[in-house]
Amino acid sequence: MSKNTVSDRFRKVDVDEYDENKFVDEEDGGENQSGPDEAEVDSLIRQGNLMGALQAVLKNPPINTKNQNVKDRAEVLVLKVLSSFKSSDIEKAVQALDKNGVDLLMKYIYKGFERPSENSSAILLQWHEKALSAGGVGSIVRVLTARRTV
Amino acid sequence: MAYHSFQLEPISCHAWNKDRTQIALCPNDHDVHIYKKEGSGWSKSHVLREHNGQVTGIDWAPESNRIVTCGTDRNAYVWTLKGNVWKPTLVILRINRAARCVRWSPKENKFAVGSGSRLISVCYFEQDNDWWVCKHIKKPIRSTILSLDWHPNNVLLAAGSCDFKCRIFSAYIKELEDKPAPTSWGSKMPFGEVMFESSGTAGWVHGVCFSGSGNRVAWASHDSTVAVAEGGKSPVITTLSSVTLPLLCVTFITENSLVAAGHDCYPALFVYDAAKGALTFGGKLDVPKQSAQRGMTARERFQNLDKKATVESKEAVLESLHKNSISQISILEGDKAKCSKFCTTGMDGGMAVWDVKTLESAMKDLKIV
Repeated sequence: MSKNTVSDRFRKVDVDEYDENKFVDEEDGGENQSGPDEAEVDSLIRQGNLMGALQAVLKNPPINTKNQNVKDRAEVLVLKVLSSFKSSDIEKAVQALDKNGVDLLMKYIYKGFERPSENSSAILLQWHEKALSAGGVGSIVRVLTARRTV
Repeated sequence: MAYHSFQLEPISCHAWNKDRTQIALCPNDHDVHIYKKEGSGWSKSHVLREHNGQVTGIDWAPESNRIVTCGTDRNAYVWTLKGNVWKPTLVILRINRAARCVRWSPKENKFAVGSGSRLISVCYFEQDNDWWVCKHIKKPIRSTILSLDWHPNNVLLAAGSCDFKCRIFSAYIKELEDKPAPTSWGSKMPFGEVMFESSGTAGWVHGVCFSGSGNRVAWASHDSTVAVAEGGKSPVITTLSSVTLPLLCVTFITENSLVAAGHDCYPALFVYDAAKGALTFGGKLDVPKQSAQRGMTARERFQNLDKKATVESKEAVLESLHKNSISQISILEGDKAKCSKFCTTGMDGGMAVWDVKTLESAMKDLKIV
């Protein structure tokens, strides 16, 4: 008995990997999704066209890709755009988005909450309030139930 | 709108008899209680006690007056009325997880049970053996079946599942019926064939419903969306992302209008426009009582500002008729092509009856096409 109580490596085995009934999500081929165009967004911010920058940064979301770098870069870019808005302009910017845009914005907002930096949470909370009034609780539910997110 | 509170515990499921004088419901335990309408109230007439686990689905066949129940004890029972007593007959479903929902087919010669075993059991009565037998639909279901609905042709079955898909299967039993005529979902219908599978839904499919004609199927999913698919050469799926909490049950009340209800505790109307390929929110079907508005004192304003950073005082009381999530909706008068009354039961243990005509006149801009 002393022999087989020596090693406890078996405790670290992930049993779910060996379950033959394990649910595997469908592959959606997101290998060529590269996220929003950094150059385009940067130039729009410099020109002062913040509404355009918001529309541009919400294009091409890296939802299906498995590349974590692409996702991180997209999140940083979105945060840059969101921080450059004046508080009074946020509401107008959100109204200009369509339903899918509001859902995508919510996804980015919650992603931003996960890694807070200096002032990011305060800015994100302002955006969250406006996005909530546009998308309702449903948009938050969609962030929670999304199998693949930004 | 009539509301009757049966109890404080949730009503797990309910079913009405043919003339709507009796309702069978499960009060969140192992039994089924049958209530008879007496005047304006309800009195308990029978208690059906046989299940060893919570009863998760009840369906009452209007013509043959049989009740089928299924539960978490992995069994289903078919109850027949003998004299004044309901006698159960066990149906072996051959499942190793809980049963979740059950539905009689339109001709009442078979019923389907959805379960956590990732399969649907289609059961029919074999005369020679005097016994209910079942056939399984397994592929390609990957998770629990949460809801079922039959097509009017008695063969096609819509199933909503936890693997985020709504599918239409063929449940054709050659011992029972002749080959069905082609429908808009396809013409070859061997048993277990997948006639349609949805895509693009990201949440568990809680409720499914065929339209009156059977050419459309609607489903409500946990990602707060409602979708309608129109059968045809290549089925067209139209989805609506709603701004509310997820909806749990859905039913057609005309060919173009659906009523759905769920965690927001009120039924909502959705209108499907096939020409434009659009599904739109038609309105909230709940008439809240107007609460008396009291003026706020300056002290209250300051307190609100301090505690909640806002000056308005939102009452923490739900203004809807149901005080908790609505889990099931059933048609009371009329049918799926033209419904005049429907009923909802929920987790607050209450049952509400909604009159479509009254709702139409109470809310302006509400159009049921």
